[in-house]
Amino acid sequence: MAEDLIQLSPAGLYCPAGGFHIDPWRPVQRAVITHAHGDHARGGMGVYVSSHDGLALLRSRLPRGSLLRGVGYGRRFRMGRAWVSLHPAGHILGSSQVRVELGDRVWVASGDFKRDPDPTCAPFEVVPCDTFITEATFALPIYRWRPASLVAVDIHEWWQQNAEAGKASVLFCYALGKAQRLLAELAAHTADTVYLHGAMVPLTRTYREAGVAMLPTEPVSELPARHDFSRALILAPPSAAGSPWMRRFRSHVSGFASGWMRVRGNRRRRGYDRGFIVSDHADWPSLIRTIRETGAQRVLATHGRTDVLVRYLREIERVDAAPLVTPYSGEADD
Amino acid sequence: MQRFTALYQALDETNATGAKVAAMRSYFESAPPEDAAWAVYFLTGRRLKRLVPTAELKQWVLAATGMPDWLLEETYASVGDLAETLALLLDSELAPPESEDMPLHRWVGERLLALRGMEPEQRQHAVTAWWAELPTGGRFVLNKMLTGAFRVGVSRRLVVRALAQASGLDAATVTHRLMGHWEPTAAAFGDLLDPEDRGEDASRPYPFFLASPLEGKPASLGPVAEWQAEWKWDGIRGQLLRRNGDCYLWSRGEDLMEGRFPEIEEAAERLPDGVVLDGEILIWIDDAPAPFHQLQRRIGRLKPSARMLREVPALFLAYDLLEWRGEDCRQHPLGQRRQRMEALLNGMEGAIRVSRPLAANSWTELAAHREQARELGTEGLMLKRLGSPYRVGRTRGDWWKWKLDPLTIDAVMLYAQPGHGRRSSLFTDYTFGVWSGETLVPVAKAYSGLDNVEIEALDRWIRGNTIERFGPVRSVRADQVFELAFEGIAESSRHKSGVALRFPRISRWRHDLGIKDADTLEQVRALLPEQPS
Ligand SMILES: [Zn+2]
Ligand SMILES: [Zn+2]
Repeated sequence: MAEDLIQLSPAGLYCPAGGFHIDPWRPVQRAVITHAHGDHARGGMGVYVSSHDGLALLRSRLPRGSLLRGVGYGRRFRMGRAWVSLHPAGHILGSSQVRVELGDRVWVASGDFKRDPDPTCAPFEVVPCDTFITEATFALPIYRWRPASLVAVDIHEWWQQNAEAGKASVLFCYALGKAQRLLAELAAHTADTVYLHGAMVPLTRTYREAGVAMLPTEPVSELPARHDFSRALILAPPSAAGSPWMRRFRSHVSGFASGWMRVRGNRRRRGYDRGFIVSDHADWPSLIRTIRETGAQRVLATHGRTDVLVRYLREIERVDAAPLVTPYSGEADD
Repeated sequence: MQRFTALYQALDETNATGAKVAAMRSYFESAPPEDAAWAVYFLTGRRLKRLVPTAELKQWVLAATGMPDWLLEETYASVGDLAETLALLLDSELAPPESEDMPLHRWVGERLLALRGMEPEQRQHAVTAWWAELPTGGRFVLNKMLTGAFRVGVSRRLVVRALAQASGLDAATVTHRLMGHWEPTAAAFGDLLDPEDRGEDASRPYPFFLASPLEGKPASLGPVAEWQAEWKWDGIRGQLLRRNGDCYLWSRGEDLMEGRFPEIEEAAERLPDGVVLDGEILIWIDDAPAPFHQLQRRIGRLKPSARMLREVPALFLAYDLLEWRGEDCRQHPLGQRRQRMEALLNGMEGAIRVSRPLAANSWTELAAHREQARELGTEGLMLKRLGSPYRVGRTRGDWWKWKLDPLTIDAVMLYAQPGHGRRSSLFTDYTFGVWSGETLVPVAKAYSGLDNVEIEALDRWIRGNTIERFGPVRSVRADQVFELAFEGIAESSRHKSGVALRFPRISRWRHDLGIKDADTLEQVRALLPEQPS
């Protein structure tokens, strides 16, 4: 049997024929990066290859002086003996799947992906392949998403109700990707300014510079200490919950926008008043559909419930499947 | 059911008690009384028992979704709540319905209760049709009613507060009216909120007055002469009612213990009419209380055999007199109530006795008594202010429990399983073992005592260190040591280890200890009280 095109090495997923790593977690010479989330894009690589769309975000997250190279989606380039191309993954701005071709064999590493419409990034493209390396963050059949545009209606309604009761609405969400997606979806319902936690400010600016239409925003930090937030919507990363930073909002109601909110226990345990189910990862039906559509005969699963997905693929879908052990955390808060 | 589902969601979507009470109040004020009655029934923790076996519910969901059963079990293990798991799984198969508007009381009366008389196929047909009728939220509430465990994150106190606000009555009155057998009918809901008290159900107990733990020094309570001290017995708190020629024995959990303790009921027949006693049900052998697990042999047993009655005889140890000659005397001072009670019970034969106060001239003398508590099979002392009325619930100030410091051991975690309610998606129920030679034998199950951060960290550790799965239970690598605190220890032939711990809970996660540092069974047995030979 021919050697695997992509293998697990101590530094990360490695393509021996191309002499490069994908989203490595230890310093290597050449790194192809699927997207700018912290567990996929780390410092210390010799040269980084990313999609053009993702370049600015990546640059803002990496140490100054890192060497970056951008490529357009779908453009084939040569690395070592392999042909490589990047294709939209629909996860966040600039996120890519990595297609590797050697002779008559094609492997695709999905990175993180989703199939649902998202106004902030290019939609997922199905790339036919022999072997598909998929994520499995939400690989349980209870995870299925309503369109984010409908969830935005709920969020807007919640915000209005809280405002009428004189309470600030603090919506916790992942700072990169989720926050901007919500700002873009909410633009269908209002033109009001939304206030941002400091961690979201530069990222949101980068999205704007990339031409993504979003609600106007203002950093919380630039407002006077006595500012009245009683009718405001504030976006903040989950790490800000319960911190002294929250005091300025006085009377407020908290929400959390995440795929994990599908399960009540997840919300109640974290003490959020309200959960909104919106995720940047594929839900269960999308995972299964995507795997079928790639036509892959072999599937390797990373992130999350790989055990469940692998068993399901083997027993029900009759696909050769195995887990791939990586330190990708799967965005715990996504 | 839409209105009730909306109430459920409103309660579920806020952590603020004020908002929860407001949501219930507006429901009680606007819902038809026949529906509100059922809402009170469910919200106060009452359940419809034996409607559908949960195994059948799972089978029907498997049939509806076509998924393999291992996948349902994996999903259930991750969600932790069966009603929720099933509702979420069905979501993928059923389109949201147009609208459903059958009122709650008809749902219960015409549909749910009718399940009891059905054959399995009929039941499956009925329930799957209802699932198809309801949106996810309603389906979840329906599943909650079917599976019985109806936890919404509201305590009975909050329900009482909402009912009190809706009616203008005080909370104590509402609490009392909700005690005992509460029939979920429109008439009963009307009576509940009625400004006038129109005579009551003879079986209705009074709300229990509960003691708070004494944290400071007892001397801070003032002169010892103003206090009555007695043993804190470790049995089942109960209320014994003698009214209209009948007896009713209630547990604090508001279960009617009818037929379970015939010796106590028999003794109660010799009480005059119009008497209500507060006390403790205990197993009493050789003039001493037996360990709690002996009482457990009797709790579930209806009509115990003559041998049972001989081997584990029960006793009602009376603490207080709440009703006398048919009059509620809870507002009289404790000293007076007790005098009457002693006059009433002195010289009585049989399974009702008075819990004697301990004589003491100083707090130091009482402290010396307390030191003997464990030897005597009690949990410590109760301190009650002699001049105080019998209050409702856990009101601080007049009743204190002055418990012994707990015993502790260091034990190794062996198994874990998901908890219930708000902890249902986390592993929070654990089994611990101690060394017996080269093996670890299970010695206690415990759950509480860790903070949320530790619980989450431990949950992650468990998921990463599972050895084997048995349904929801996982065996884990023997690696983590915990200090367990417990109130007492007794010999037990029903436990593998030969000992039973009373109220074990985690007091500390001993990151500093390796498993070789955990206690041995011998060390644990050394804590057993000395056997009178
Ligand atoms: Zn990601
Ligand atoms: Zn990821």
